[in-house]
Amino acid sequence: MTVTAREGKASGPRPERIRIENLHKSFGEIEVLKGVSLTACEGDVVAVIGGSGSGKSTMLRCINFLETPTSGKIIIGGEEIRMRPDGSPADRRQIEHARQHLGMVFQSFNLWSHMTILQNLIEVPVHVLKVPKDQAVAIAERLLDRVGLLAKKDAYPAYLSGGQQQRAAIARALAIEPRAMLFDEPTSALDPELVGEVLSVIRDLAAEGRTMILVTHEMKFAREVSNHVMYLYNGLVEEQGPPEQVFGAPRSERLQKFLKSLG
Amino acid sequence: MMPLAAMAASPFELLALSPPGWGGTLLLGLANTMVIAVGAYALGLAIGIMGAFGKLYGGPITRDLLAVYTTIVRAVPELVLILILFYAVPGLINEILIGLGHERIVLPPLITGIAVLGVVQGAYSTEVLRGAIQAVPHGQIEAARAMGMTPMLTARRITLPLMTSNAIPGLANLWLNATKDTALLAVIGFSELTKATYQAAATTKAFFTFYLAAMALYLAISLLSTVLFGRIEKWARRGQRVMSR
Repeated sequence: MTVTAREGKASGPRPERIRIENLHKSFGEIEVLKGVSLTACEGDVVAVIGGSGSGKSTMLRCINFLETPTSGKIIIGGEEIRMRPDGSPADRRQIEHARQHLGMVFQSFNLWSHMTILQNLIEVPVHVLKVPKDQAVAIAERLLDRVGLLAKKDAYPAYLSGGQQQRAAIARALAIEPRAMLFDEPTSALDPELVGEVLSVIRDLAAEGRTMILVTHEMKFAREVSNHVMYLYNGLVEEQGPPEQVFGAPRSERLQKFLKSLG
Repeated sequence: MMPLAAMAASPFELLALSPPGWGGTLLLGLANTMVIAVGAYALGLAIGIMGAFGKLYGGPITRDLLAVYTTIVRAVPELVLILILFYAVPGLINEILIGLGHERIVLPPLITGIAVLGVVQGAYSTEVLRGAIQAVPHGQIEAARAMGMTPMLTARRITLPLMTSNAIPGLANLWLNATKDTALLAVIGFSELTKATYQAAATTKAFFTFYLAAMALYLAISLLSTVLFGRIEKWARRGQRVMSR
């Protein structure tokens, strides 16, 4: 059951960026994903919600093969990632190439602690994408300025607040000029007073029409920025649709309970 | 050397750099010690880096072979390993060479010494580095993979720099062991510091003077190394906040 996001809003076909078909993932005996499908076209902001253990982070991590799916298809930019029977990528270079177009933002930031913020931003552009260093620095400084961290460019990550680190991590993901962004609970590790500054950066990215898949616990935010919401329950899509419908008039009892439990 | 004349000489005369003083011999021995120690340490580090990555990311056969290597080398006394590698292995090679109608070969002590101690160092380095790599926060390696870095590039740019600060204390220990293990090569007749000291002491009978001098030299190496490793560790810990006590 593939549902294209942003139903009704599309004016003509937009290129497809990420497609997942019938994704299964087991950790040993435990099946975490039991057949999930999703299509995100250019400009789509897909919010993935669900309780802990619902499989939402696992689904996101399967897109760039940080987890190897057990079965199913992953299609990035129209190109299917070839898989071995065990789910690992058949061609390491193909997945490396696909990853270069996917900006990933982690719950725990994962900035490289031995590099300054600026070095974090230019690392992949210079060493993987072979962008000339001065050009990479110029792009990085522009991005840091945009997330309000230009003054911190020579600081090491450990000297920044959690909110600053996450904004830097978003800038690092943007520095590879990705075709889609993957957010894995980007505000879950933050102190409550630091959540707002990170959300406002993500909100800007959504507003400029970036393709994003956002796993989040921030329901109000998900409703505001996304054009498609997926509610996962126990490894399956329990309900999905435009945010007004999913949040405003949930049909599934489980989703109603879930939303109520969050207040 | 006239033993009687030597016994009468003062420690300063005995330690003079040019004969009849033995200072020059001792310093030459020190130089040999350093060459062997640096060579063995470098070889050990190279083996250790490959060994650690092999143990962590290699296939089952690689891992088993490395387990055999580190277990045996760390179990057998280094002196025994040196004797095996210096006498038994060349003997075996020569038997084969003569059997095939070739000339017998003599292994140069310097190369053999570096090779033997390097293999020993490699086993310990493998374990030190394996632990250091495992202590690298996994998320940072994952971030590198998620942005399309190859495994080689991730190892070079992310994992190795991050594990260095974890590894430095262990690697500093290994370096000090390397400098002292060179003394074992005295048994194969290699003229490093301990052997040179023994020669000087045995000839002049001034045991106290020469062994005290050797001790001072070993201590000097150790103190300088501590300073050097302190600097390396400070550099390797760049970006880490000093833990408050």
